[in-house]
Amino acid sequence: MAIDAATVRKVAKLARLREPEERLASLAQELNGIMSWIEQLSEVDTDGVEPMTSVVAVKLPLREDVVTEGGDASRVLSNAPKAIDGFFVVPKVVE
Amino acid sequence: MSALTKLTLKAAIDGLKSKAFSAVEITKAHIDAIEAARGLNAFVLETPDQALTMAKASDERLARGEGGDLEGAPLGIKDLFCTQGVRSTAASKILGNFIPTYESTVTSKLWGQGAVMLGKLNLDEFAMGSSNETSAFGPVINPWRRAGETTALTPGGSSGGSAAATAADLCLAATATDTGGSIRQPAAFTGTVGIKPTYGRCSRWGIVAFASSLDQAGPIAKTVEDAAIMLRAMSGHDAKDSTSLPVDVPDFASFVGRSVKGLRIGVPKEYRVDGMPPEIEKLWADGIAWLKDAGCDIVEVSLPHTKYALPAYYIVAPAEASSNLARYDGMRYGLRAGGPSLTDVYEQSRAQGFGEEVKRRILIGTYVLSAGYYDAYYLKAQKVRRRIADDFDQAWQTCDALLTPTAPSAAFGLGERSDDPIAMYLNDIFTVTTNLAGLPGLSLPAGLDAQGLPLGLQLIGRALDEGTLFSLAGALEKAAGFTAKADKWW
Repeated sequence: MAIDAATVRKVAKLARLREPEERLASLAQELNGIMSWIEQLSEVDTDGVEPMTSVVAVKLPLREDVVTEGGDASRVLSNAPKAIDGFFVVPKVVE
Repeated sequence: MSALTKLTLKAAIDGLKSKAFSAVEITKAHIDAIEAARGLNAFVLETPDQALTMAKASDERLARGEGGDLEGAPLGIKDLFCTQGVRSTAASKILGNFIPTYESTVTSKLWGQGAVMLGKLNLDEFAMGSSNETSAFGPVINPWRRAGETTALTPGGSSGGSAAATAADLCLAATATDTGGSIRQPAAFTGTVGIKPTYGRCSRWGIVAFASSLDQAGPIAKTVEDAAIMLRAMSGHDAKDSTSLPVDVPDFASFVGRSVKGLRIGVPKEYRVDGMPPEIEKLWADGIAWLKDAGCDIVEVSLPHTKYALPAYYIVAPAEASSNLARYDGMRYGLRAGGPSLTDVYEQSRAQGFGEEVKRRILIGTYVLSAGYYDAYYLKAQKVRRRIADDFDQAWQTCDALLTPTAPSAAFGLGERSDDPIAMYLNDIFTVTTNLAGLPGLSLPAGLDAQGLPLGLQLIGRALDEGTLFSLAGALEKAAGFTAKADKWW
């Protein structure tokens, strides 16, 4: 299935990436080139093959549900683009 | 004291212990070398004051007869590792002036052993690239040049800064990371030794995430023994990384120099690709002959799904990257642009902060994970990944390690391949399989091509069997007798 400008627009929106309208066609072409190269995976017989989600065969460890580190808002906020009174300042979320 | 920068890590550690020179002296020698080599663009941030403070502390410990395994040794740190109080960028504009309030586990282990930080090393943006050309700071220049030419060559990527700085004697060794070949291909392009250990050997905590199921840290160093010393210091279980393996860390250096007699070396026939330069074919044949002379048995093996590794990688890695990079939203750290609406800030911050290759991979990743395509792409790629891992399991029935070339070419010119993403992706054709299977892979320099550029051989081992790789690499290093260095032009 070919990727067209409308698909790129939709995917860019999902990825929250602003792409100018005039870039969409060339991006579609680039992505088509990569995806059609990837299509060769359909040659591989994967019937009954368990998908590999991790190369580490161990079960993910659990730890006790306790606070290990925290209570230091100034460290958390130290790289904030904008902060006031111990809070992140973000654009208006609810109209 | 420029001779101090020519030392191997091992010789430097020994010299510091015996007080032949001080940590401050060897650190100053490296700071001078870095200043004189700014044309290479290997460092994105130099930290000379911090280096001298750390070196002084090392000298005090050495004077008391104390000190760790790396006491006083000046190292370079890939700028993908978060360093407390020191700007960490992943070579991306989106992290802006990000100053971590914490230290990555790997670097904190190095400082715990007394190592000295010289600064942060350049890389492809978010480690996505094979030529260093995607860095927001501009590419690193390879210290190596073709004989009689001044064309600027790539040091490889993504750990191009780590490789170039080590090759040009700007640091004794460097940290690096490898998601599809980012330690081994730059090592091959610069005549250095690099190892990507078994997935889970080194903690990923505090390393900027690219593709979490593939990312592994490892060292780039001047010799096989140096790489072994570095890897030991970087490895170990960490409760802060749930995929970190709770296993003991061997003394890897003790494997270097051991006999390799009787080891069975697999030569995978699928790694003979069309268009491979005859010099790489020859180097591979030399490597096979050297290991045979050292008493190894050579066996031909088949890894039938090799050709599907890169296409599978270019689903898995972008999918994980699109998820990992969703955190860069302009709210809590890094670049914030656009406005006034929330969506506009998200979209503008990301559009302005990410470079073209990173955006391309986010788009691919978002596409393959989007509704209706997940099974066709992501699930399919995970199944192919299993097939690739099974190929290796099959191979281990008849051999103990594999020998292959590291990369399909020597270092190429900057700009020569940047127009065609797939041509660039093919750089990782021999290295990416081990990331998908989680296996250790080591690259060491073994010869020069007709134009005088270094070429690398790769050893691939069983999971957690880095020791065997170090023994084999030691034997190859001895047989190859590779001592060439780039002629200093910078």
